[in-house]
Amino acid sequence: MTPETKTITITLKVWRQKGPGAKGKLETIQVKDISTHMSFLEMLDVVNEDLAKNGKEPIEFDNDCREGICGMCGAVVNGIAHGPKKGMTLCQLHMRKFNDGDTIIVEPWRARAFPVIKDLIVDRSALDKIIQSGGYVSVNVGGSPDGNAIPVPQEIAEKAMDAAACIGCGACVAACPNASAMLFISAKVSQLALLPQGKPEAAKRVLEMLRKMDECDFGNCSNERECEAVCPKEISITHIARLNREYFKAGFFSEFK
Amino acid sequence: MNWLFRTLRTSIGKKLMMAVTGLCFICFLIVHLIGNLTIYGGKDLFISYVEHLHALGPIITVAEWGLLTLALIHVATGLTLFYQNLRARPLRYKTSKWAGGRSIGSATMPYTGVLILGFVILHLFNFHFVDKENASIFQIITTAFANPAYVIIYVAAIVVVAIHVSHGFWSLFQTIGANHPKYMPIVQTLGLLVSLVFGIGFGLIPVYISIMV
Repeated sequence: MTPETKTITITLKVWRQKGPGAKGKLETIQVKDISTHMSFLEMLDVVNEDLAKNGKEPIEFDNDCREGICGMCGAVVNGIAHGPKKGMTLCQLHMRKFNDGDTIIVEPWRARAFPVIKDLIVDRSALDKIIQSGGYVSVNVGGSPDGNAIPVPQEIAEKAMDAAACIGCGACVAACPNASAMLFISAKVSQLALLPQGKPEAAKRVLEMLRKMDECDFGNCSNERECEAVCPKEISITHIARLNREYFKAGFFSEFK
Repeated sequence: MNWLFRTLRTSIGKKLMMAVTGLCFICFLIVHLIGNLTIYGGKDLFISYVEHLHALGPIITVAEWGLLTLALIHVATGLTLFYQNLRARPLRYKTSKWAGGRSIGSATMPYTGVLILGFVILHLFNFHFVDKENASIFQIITTAFANPAYVIIYVAAIVVVAIHVSHGFWSLFQTIGANHPKYMPIVQTLGLLVSLVFGIGFGLIPVYISIMV
């Protein structure tokens, strides 16, 4: 351990809910001796070990890679999705960002489209349904194409990559005052609309993805910009503007209805 | 025409309707403000402006019905969005903070909108649906603003309009897809300027009249 290591004591107020549709509540847990080198999820692991030792049920939370690339983890910490630091997922948030004696409130993503399964775990399959409705390019089988057969300018490739950085964590929906998934669909629509491979299906894609979003009970975007403020991949709302342009083109000028 | 209905009923479709009707109202407010500023030129200039305006006859009638249609679309769509957005999050957060995106304007849009609707109705009953046979519009205005309660209501309402426009202006550009790294900072600054101009321009008129009479 380095000399800067210290341990802190915190009061955790965490959302406990037995199952879908059950009534949940915030439970207060005193947590002692948390190393500031721990990530937020490691802190929850330590809390869970203690709970298990005392015969209590551990706190359920989604997680997988713990390096900010899989999109599984996430919770609203003290009122902000993925916690107080910009551009990171919950697993990348470290306990050194908190002070000794802090009270930390942890809640699951809240949206009609994201029903709670248990504690901090929500069902985000609505995002998968949106992707299935058009967030792809249809590729015919055959020999693999030559790497540089389709020229893509570097700047465009970079822009498309910025949008493709979306890990589908759902923080944009959680942070949106209207529980809208507009940043999520804009990332996919924008990424594919920028690239030549995505252009042939662009009109059909934007219409169907947007209709699916509305169907899944997400809210409407009102340009509050909270989504880009919490996005761990810092995806910009300029992609929502591109989505709007794509929608305009598809709705009024394409032959798709 | 089924495709048109399908295109406008989605969340982006509704947003587009809000943006386009909102833009029309901003244009209307600019014209309205320029006209109202003639009050500073004195009674004769103001009355001559009103007479010239009303001499347009059928054009005014068409404009009035046009504004009413725009208002119906803006209010009905806005209320639908408000209801749908509340419904999209049935259980609210126990604690919720602004992460850096929201502004006072954006966070209060539906509420300032409803207040403006109330004010517009009051405004129309004050100066539009009144007996103009026995008193000139100038007399009607000066009588109204001799009452300090009206001055306070009008100034407060105009502050609310300025707050509404502070989010509405840049937001409508974002909605119609005009978010460009070169122009967006200009649009955002212009939005603040326009809301300030509306706030100061309209807001000082009732105060000026109440002092003048």
